[in-house]
Amino acid sequence: MERKVVDVKDVVIRFTGDSGDGMQLTGTLFADASALYGNEISTFPDYPAEIRAPQGTVSGVSGFQVHIGQSDVKTPGDLADVLVSMNPAALMANAKFAKPGGSIILDQDSFDEQGLQKAGFKTMDPIEELNLQDYNIIWAPITSLTKESLKDSGMDIKSIVRCKNIFTLGMCYFMFNRPLHFTEEYLRKKFAKKPDLIEPNIKVLNDGYNYAHNTHAIGNTYTVEPAKLEKGVYRSINGNQATAWGLIAASEKSGRPMFVGSYPITPATAILEELAIHKNLGVKTMQCEDEISGICTSIGAAYAGNMAVTTTSGPGLSLKSEALGLAVIAELPLVVVDVQRSGPSTGIPTKTEQTDLAQALYGRNGECPVMVMAARTPSDCFRAAFYAAKFAMEHMMPVVFLSEGYLGNGSEPWKIPSMSDYPAINPPIISECDGKFKPFERDAETFVRKWAIPGTPGLEHRVGGLEKSPAGAVSSDPEVHEMMVANRAAKLAKVADCIPELEVFGEKEADVLLVGWGGTYGHLYTAASQLLEEGKSVGFAQFDYINPLPKNTAEVFARYKKILVCELNSGQFADYLRAKLPQFKYLQLNKVQGQPFMVHEIVDAVKAL
Amino acid sequence: MKYTQQDFKSDQIVKWCPGCGDHAILAAVLRAMPEICEKRGYTRDQFVFVSGIGCSSRFPYYMNTYGFHGIHGRAGALATGMKVANPKLSVWQMTGDGDALAIGGNHFIHEIRRNIDVNIILFNNRIYGLTKGQYSPTSKFGMVTKTSPYGTIEYPFTPGELVLGARGTFFARSLDSELALNQEIMVRAAMHDGTSVMEMLVNCMIYNNGTHADISDRAVRADRTIILRDGEPMIFGKDRDKGIILDGLKLKVVKLGENGITEKDLLVHNSKENNFGIHSMLVDMKGPDFPVALGVIRDVADKTYDDSIYEQLDEVKAKAKIHNMDELLHSGATWTVE
Repeated sequence: MERKVVDVKDVVIRFTGDSGDGMQLTGTLFADASALYGNEISTFPDYPAEIRAPQGTVSGVSGFQVHIGQSDVKTPGDLADVLVSMNPAALMANAKFAKPGGSIILDQDSFDEQGLQKAGFKTMDPIEELNLQDYNIIWAPITSLTKESLKDSGMDIKSIVRCKNIFTLGMCYFMFNRPLHFTEEYLRKKFAKKPDLIEPNIKVLNDGYNYAHNTHAIGNTYTVEPAKLEKGVYRSINGNQATAWGLIAASEKSGRPMFVGSYPITPATAILEELAIHKNLGVKTMQCEDEISGICTSIGAAYAGNMAVTTTSGPGLSLKSEALGLAVIAELPLVVVDVQRSGPSTGIPTKTEQTDLAQALYGRNGECPVMVMAARTPSDCFRAAFYAAKFAMEHMMPVVFLSEGYLGNGSEPWKIPSMSDYPAINPPIISECDGKFKPFERDAETFVRKWAIPGTPGLEHRVGGLEKSPAGAVSSDPEVHEMMVANRAAKLAKVADCIPELEVFGEKEADVLLVGWGGTYGHLYTAASQLLEEGKSVGFAQFDYINPLPKNTAEVFARYKKILVCELNSGQFADYLRAKLPQFKYLQLNKVQGQPFMVHEIVDAVKAL
Repeated sequence: MKYTQQDFKSDQIVKWCPGCGDHAILAAVLRAMPEICEKRGYTRDQFVFVSGIGCSSRFPYYMNTYGFHGIHGRAGALATGMKVANPKLSVWQMTGDGDALAIGGNHFIHEIRRNIDVNIILFNNRIYGLTKGQYSPTSKFGMVTKTSPYGTIEYPFTPGELVLGARGTFFARSLDSELALNQEIMVRAAMHDGTSVMEMLVNCMIYNNGTHADISDRAVRADRTIILRDGEPMIFGKDRDKGIILDGLKLKVVKLGENGITEKDLLVHNSKENNFGIHSMLVDMKGPDFPVALGVIRDVADKTYDDSIYEQLDEVKAKAKIHNMDELLHSGATWTVE
């Protein structure tokens, strides 16, 4: 068989194995090497809630999907051109994600009777059982080759077998003509303190590469040329890291020291972990005793003059509800990051969803509106977090940034911005006043109150959860209460003057407007592009700001015959739009499976309208 | 600047019930403030009074300082955030037995465990007053209240045990009416770096009148309480003829002059002793066999969280190669597209 090098525009690879097989690392290394090579990338980790579920079972399967391409890589891809499965359970769980006719790389050593049984196969022929005859199945004895490769390494057998993911990575590098040196450098750095492990890892990587080269199991190899990216310096970043960095950037711009009170919760924990590293930039992180303490320490810090942040996921936001109301009535700046996951309750904690929108908008006692915003892509979390902090501080109110597991764990190349491109943040700090300080006296235009920081002589005042008059005295006067409720709502509504207008991609006036918010951007954009290429009359608008809505929302909606609201819940944004702009009819495309959309699902839905 | 207690009084009308023990605590705090300012060099604007929910939690409104009236149970978390964010502040947490020990129990123990430099006044009236008379975590077993019409079947906390169990560095106890002692305790608390818990046994005239009468009645107070002072032998009683000794592994009340016991045999109080043993036994003393210990029982030095976090910030900053956001953005693996 002659081997050809085939040029492709983009390719999707899905690494799957037992949760102890190192698939997340393998996928990340492949993605990073591709990014450094110059491709556009998008990644999606799909892992179980159990740290080590029973070995070899379907519940313990961990996956990592990487999409690399020359241009317009906006999603991790629907189906995989290449599926790597390190054991039968991984194949069982992931065969449905392999593109018909695509390649499937299997570790032959793990497909023994016991392995097949554990994975739930009924026969000894998994290929026939899963109806995969038309796929290009590549059987490779990965475990035994890894053992052979490292037999003289001096490592114990357990450690040797753990390197089989690196062997597999080497095979994939051959298959996609990736250079090895980025990963070799990574391994040198990673094992700098354990130099004994450097050479074996590099050896097994090269042996995997050479094995793929020398055998004819792998037919054609593929090249994905570097993308034509805008000039600049790039890095790879995931959404949680981008969120952490956006917050640090806001602290720097505002000159307000940062305090973070948080409690570990999947999939938001990585934000707290990332922030905890950056004490060099003055970030104070506190791992609190619970979610309530997370937000309450932050509210205390905000009162004391810090830029205050609490990070969480859906169940944590539920626990923070009452205190969020306290921040609303005390009119203190606070950023609440909710990296949404599948619910209700514990739900499917490692899977992504957009099901906390209603909670963020309405989940509190009393009349208690908060600003709600979202991010489009992993790197866009930097912008969203920065602006969440800017609006919180400049408008003296809590802001909920709804991130998503899909964004937090996903990564992409990012053109590094310069901090000079970001605007100043000017919190309304007051240092003196004539007469007695009135904490709830407002700016006539913005309705924003002043931030009087304890330690400032002459501005002593009391705030808290009880309704107050503008002068700051406790008040249960009916008129005062109604006025304060209206003023707090008006203050938030006026933020619409400060946020960007809604932009439309595609046709500016058309049959169908695709509407989304948050992390569905990539899938909706790709679907809209495909539909436009096919000559369909389609526009697409993604909302970064949900409360308040961009001022031109109604004007945009009016230009389309049909509005299709697409979201990873049962219709929470559609319901919100129905309440806010009832003059339009909203059609819905919903998915609540703990998984992102697939592009074809959106394309099909539009065609079916 | 020299202050008087008038400087700390707010213009708000104090709305506690007539005869409520909270009035006396407010009076002691107002007296203590000028002395604290003098001893620690504080100015009025450095004080924040923070509270949760309950009768005592109205306290911040009555002080002409910065104040934060929070939500139920969360005063400890709010106070923690304030002190860590702004360590120059003198943070005073006003809380009750329901606020601190029921709904806020978790924050209370962790605040103490972390040794946040906050002064906590725990108003213990053994009842929910603001919600009009339900039992609290310090109500006596069997107490009849609106939610325990047949008597509670719950055992009460001894707050000092919780404080010590959470590795507390400062614990004091007193009665609402002990104005001078309370002022003394508050000044000691302010001088202590770390979490200072002052349990104030206060009377609720309306829903739990006389709950502390067994020790607070003037007729019996001297015999049923002992005021502990560092360096002084543990003597109590109307006639100052009773004392406390260590008998084996236990405390024991003795009568001076009986069985040859003299002052020299008595325990001498030392709040600075790190070992929890004696402090724990003193916290636990109760009638009828023992007097209830009042005064500063424990006051030991330990590193505070707020000091540690700033030390760590300085240490990391001194070693750091990244000093600003632009440098952070370009750190690690990057590549250039020409």
